[in-house]
Amino acid sequence: MRYLPLTPQDRTDMLAKIGVAAVDDLFANVPKSKLLKGPVNLPHAKGELEVERILGAMAAENISASEVPFFVGAGAYKHHVPASVDHLIQRSEFLTSYTPYQPEIAQGTLQYLFEFQTQVALLTGMEVANASMYDGSTGAAEAVLMAHRVTKRRKAILAGNLHPHYRDTIETLSRMASDELVSLTPNPNDAGADLKAVAAAIDAETSCIVIQTPDVFGNLHDLTTIAKKAQDAGALLIAVCTEVVSLGAVTPPGAMGADIVVAEGQSIGVGLSFGGPYVGLFATKQKYVRQMPGRLCGETVDAEGRRGFVLTLSTREQHIRREKATSNICTNSGLMCLAFTIHMSLLGESGLRRLAAVNHANACDLADRLADLDDVEVLNKSFFNEFAIRVPGDAAKVVEKMAKNGVLAGVPAARLWPKDKALKDVILVANTEINTDDDRAAFVAALGASI
Amino acid sequence: MSMNNQGRPTSAGETGTAAAHPTFTGNKALQIEEALIFEIGRPEVSGVDIPAPKKVKSRLGKLARDEAIGLPGLTEPEVMRHYVRLSQKNYGIDTGLFPLGSCTMKHNARLNEKMARLPGFGDVHPLQPASTVQGALKLIDTLAHYLKELTGMPAVAMSPKAGAHGELCGMMAIKAALEAKGEGHRKIVLVPESAHGTNPATAALIGFDVKSVPAQADGTVHVSDVKAALGPDVAAIMLTNPNTCGIFEKEIVEIAAAIHEAGAYFYCDGANFNAIVGKARPGDLGVDAMHINLHKTFSTPHGGGGPGSGPVVLSERLAAFVPYPFIRVGKGYALVEEGGKLDKGEQPFGRMSAFHGQMGMFVRALAYMLSHGADGMRLASEDAVLNANYIRASLADLMSLPFGNQPCMHEALFDDDWLKNTGVSTLDFAKAMIDEGYHPMTMYFPLVVHGAMLIEPTESESKASLDLFIAALRDLAMAAKRGDVDRFKGAPYHAPRRRLDETRAARTPILRWTKPAPYKEAAE
Repeated sequence: MRYLPLTPQDRTDMLAKIGVAAVDDLFANVPKSKLLKGPVNLPHAKGELEVERILGAMAAENISASEVPFFVGAGAYKHHVPASVDHLIQRSEFLTSYTPYQPEIAQGTLQYLFEFQTQVALLTGMEVANASMYDGSTGAAEAVLMAHRVTKRRKAILAGNLHPHYRDTIETLSRMASDELVSLTPNPNDAGADLKAVAAAIDAETSCIVIQTPDVFGNLHDLTTIAKKAQDAGALLIAVCTEVVSLGAVTPPGAMGADIVVAEGQSIGVGLSFGGPYVGLFATKQKYVRQMPGRLCGETVDAEGRRGFVLTLSTREQHIRREKATSNICTNSGLMCLAFTIHMSLLGESGLRRLAAVNHANACDLADRLADLDDVEVLNKSFFNEFAIRVPGDAAKVVEKMAKNGVLAGVPAARLWPKDKALKDVILVANTEINTDDDRAAFVAALGASI
Repeated sequence: MSMNNQGRPTSAGETGTAAAHPTFTGNKALQIEEALIFEIGRPEVSGVDIPAPKKVKSRLGKLARDEAIGLPGLTEPEVMRHYVRLSQKNYGIDTGLFPLGSCTMKHNARLNEKMARLPGFGDVHPLQPASTVQGALKLIDTLAHYLKELTGMPAVAMSPKAGAHGELCGMMAIKAALEAKGEGHRKIVLVPESAHGTNPATAALIGFDVKSVPAQADGTVHVSDVKAALGPDVAAIMLTNPNTCGIFEKEIVEIAAAIHEAGAYFYCDGANFNAIVGKARPGDLGVDAMHINLHKTFSTPHGGGGPGSGPVVLSERLAAFVPYPFIRVGKGYALVEEGGKLDKGEQPFGRMSAFHGQMGMFVRALAYMLSHGADGMRLASEDAVLNANYIRASLADLMSLPFGNQPCMHEALFDDDWLKNTGVSTLDFAKAMIDEGYHPMTMYFPLVVHGAMLIEPTESESKASLDLFIAALRDLAMAAKRGDVDRFKGAPYHAPRRRLDETRAARTPILRWTKPAPYKEAAE
C-alpha cells in the first residue's frame, strides 16, 4: 500500500514497545461483537493507473464547459482562470496546511487572508470582510442570523428575485431556528416591482431585507432608496451577489447603503466543479464586526516588533463561546480564498474592469442577436452578463434539445422554480469572456432549431 | 555563474552565530520578508491580458461603477514570487509531522488532485441538464455507497460543506424527525464537557438547549450519567466517538440503547472516524446520525482552513429526512431537487446550501477510497492507532497521561501535570516544538483536561519519523524538567515570526490594509 510507510517488522516492533500482542488489543474498548473480523464489503486496494481508469471513465460521461458553446450560469459561472493560480494553490505549504492556529508558522496563510479580506472589502465597497464562508448561499443564511443579532428582531424578508437555492437555504435555517421569514414571489418581467414588494413588506418587526443584484434573472438594482427605507425602519439591508465579476463594472452594494454584502466568489479563481467547493464572501460595516460570523485575520506585531498576522476576535467563535458563539462555522474555504486572491491580484483593478467589460459586451451582443429571433424575448431592461429569455413552449425541453445539438444554453427557470407555471418558458442565459462570436452564433442557431 | 577566484572548493569559513550578524533587509537567506500586494501592486498593472471588448450599447443603466476600486494589480512574475515567498512561511503536512489532534493531518495524495481536475469533474456546472452529467452523479452515488458501507448506515446526506455544517444537517434531521412525530417539545441536547465547540454551537443555532454530561475519571461517558440526564424533553445526545480524549466510548452500545429507549436520537461527531474505519461501524453501535469529515478521514487537503466536506450518514430512523438534493438511481442517475417527485415516506427537511455539495472533495475522497480499498482503509486505521500508541508508550515515563497508561485510539492525550513547577506551560512547550521543526499538537483541547496536549500522528508517518519526533519531544521534556526555561519562554526563536501579540490584535482590530496617509498630511 503506497501510502502506508510501516513495514510488517515495524508493526511487530512497535507492538512490542507498547506491550501488547496484537493490534486488536488496542481496540479493547470496542465491544467484541462489534469489532469487524475483516475488511468491509468493498473492492480492495488499487494502483494509481487502475484508479485513473475508473474515475477517468466516469469523468468522460460528462460534457464539460470547455467542450461546447456554454451559457450556463444562475449562481456559478465559467470563467478563464490563469494557469499560475492553479499552480500556486497546489504549493504543498498552502495545500497541506491547517487553519492557522500557530501563527508563527502560518504567516503565509494569514497574510493572504489579510490581503483577501482587504480585496473583498474594496470590491464590495464595505469597511470590513471576513476570511470567507463556505459559499454564497450559506453566507446569506449566516447574514440573516447576524442581522437578527444586531437588530434583536427575528424576521427576514427575501426579495422574490433572490436565487431560489439561497432562499431555500435561508428558509431551512430560519424554520429550524423558529424565526419568521417572508419570501416574496419572483418578478422576471419587472425588476422594479421586486424592490417595491420588498419595501411594502418592511415593518417594525423586520430585522433585514435580502436583495440580490444582479438578481437571479440578471437585472441590476439601485439599492439606495430601499437601503434608506430599511434603515429608517431599524432593519438591515443584506445585498447578495452571485457574480462578483459584475463588481468590476457595476456600483457595489456598499456604495448604495448595504449593511452586509454576501457574495459567491467562485467566478474569480475557482472552477465550476459541479457546485463546490466555492468561496463565500462576507463584508459588513466596522460597527458590526463583533457580530460577524466566521474567521477574521488581523494585523499585529511579533515579539521583535515585526508586522505579522493572527486570527483575531475569536471570542465570537464556537471553540471559545460554545453554545453562545455567533456561528458554528469552523473550517471555511481557505484554499478557495487563496485562488480568489491570487486571481484578483493578477487581474488588478484594470484587469478586473476589462474582464467585466468583456463579459458585459458579450452578453449585450448575444441579446442583440436574439432580437432577430421573432419568438424569443429578452426580459431584462438592464443586466451585466446574464439575462432571462422567454421562449415558446417548455423551456426545459428547449434546453435539453439544444444540449443534444451541442449547446449548453443556460438554466431553464423550471429547474429553480419547478412549481411556478409563469416561469415555465423562461431560460437564464449567461455570457462570459469564454464565449466567442462563433459560440453566440451557435446559440442562436440551436435555439432557432429547438423552438 | 559564480565561483571563488581560485577555482577551488570553499571551506566552511569563519564561525559565529546568526544572531551576531543580523541582515540589513530582515531577510534570512531563503526566508524572505514579503510586502503586501497593496504595497507591491499598482492599479494600472495587470497580469492577465484580455482582448478589448466589443463596442456595444451598455445595459448597465445608471449603475456603472465610476469610482476607483483601489485594487492593486501584479504581473505574473510578481505574483509567482509573492505567493511562493508566502508559502515558504507556512508549515504543511508535506513539510513535516503535523500531529494536530482531532484534525487528522494525513498525507494528501496528488493522484486525488489530478482526478478532481479532470474536466469531466472540475469543469462541469451544477445546473447542466442531468443527461450531460451522468458520470458526475454516478461518482456522488458511488461515494455515498462507500460511506454507507463503511458506517453500516442506510442513508447519507451529501451536501454539507464541512464538519460543523454536517452537524447542523444531522441535528436538523433529528429536529424534523421529532416534529414529524409530534415531539417538537423535546428541546434538550446532551453534550459531554469534552465535546468540540461546534457541537453546542450547532445545537444552539437551531434552538436546542444544551445540557452538559460529565466524563468520568477514565475519560469516558458512563451510561449511568446519560440515564440520569435523560428525560421526556431530551431530543438527542451529541457524542464524539472515539472521544476527544482519544478513547473509544466503551459503553457506547448501552448509551445508544438508553437514548433510544428514552425516545431520543444519537448524534455522533465523526471527527475521529479515522481510528475505526473498517474496524467498527457506527451503524452497528446504534448511532442515528454522524458527519464524516472527508478532509480528515478521507484525506482531502485541509488547504489552510478549508474547503472541507461533511456528508452525514443517517440511520433507518432518520433516512426519510435527507435534505435536497439527493440522487435517485433508476434508468440512469437523477437528481431529486425541490418540486421533484418524492417516493413514499421521503420527507426532505429542506436544503443546506446552493447546488449539490463539495464535488471537488468527493472526487478526492473516492480516489482515496479506491486506492486504499477495504483492506487498505482497515490497515490505515490500525496503523493510525498503532502510531498513536507508540508515541504514548514512548513518552509515558516523561509526560503525564490524565487517564492512566491505557491504550488510546488514533491520538494520545497528555496533560500538563508533568510540567508543574517547571515554569513551562503547554503553550511554551508547543512553541518550542516549532523551533525543533514540528507543528505543535492540539493544545488546551479537550477542555476537560488541564493544559491538554493532544497528539495525532496519523498512519502517514514511518517508524523512523516517529522515532525522531519522540526523541525531539523527550529532549524538550527533559530540558523543561531541568529548568532550561528560556528555551521555552521565548520560543519560537527560529520561525519566520516570533510570538505574535494577539491581545493587541483583538483590542484594536486592523482587519484590512489601508493606504498610509500622504507624507504631507501625516506631517500636519
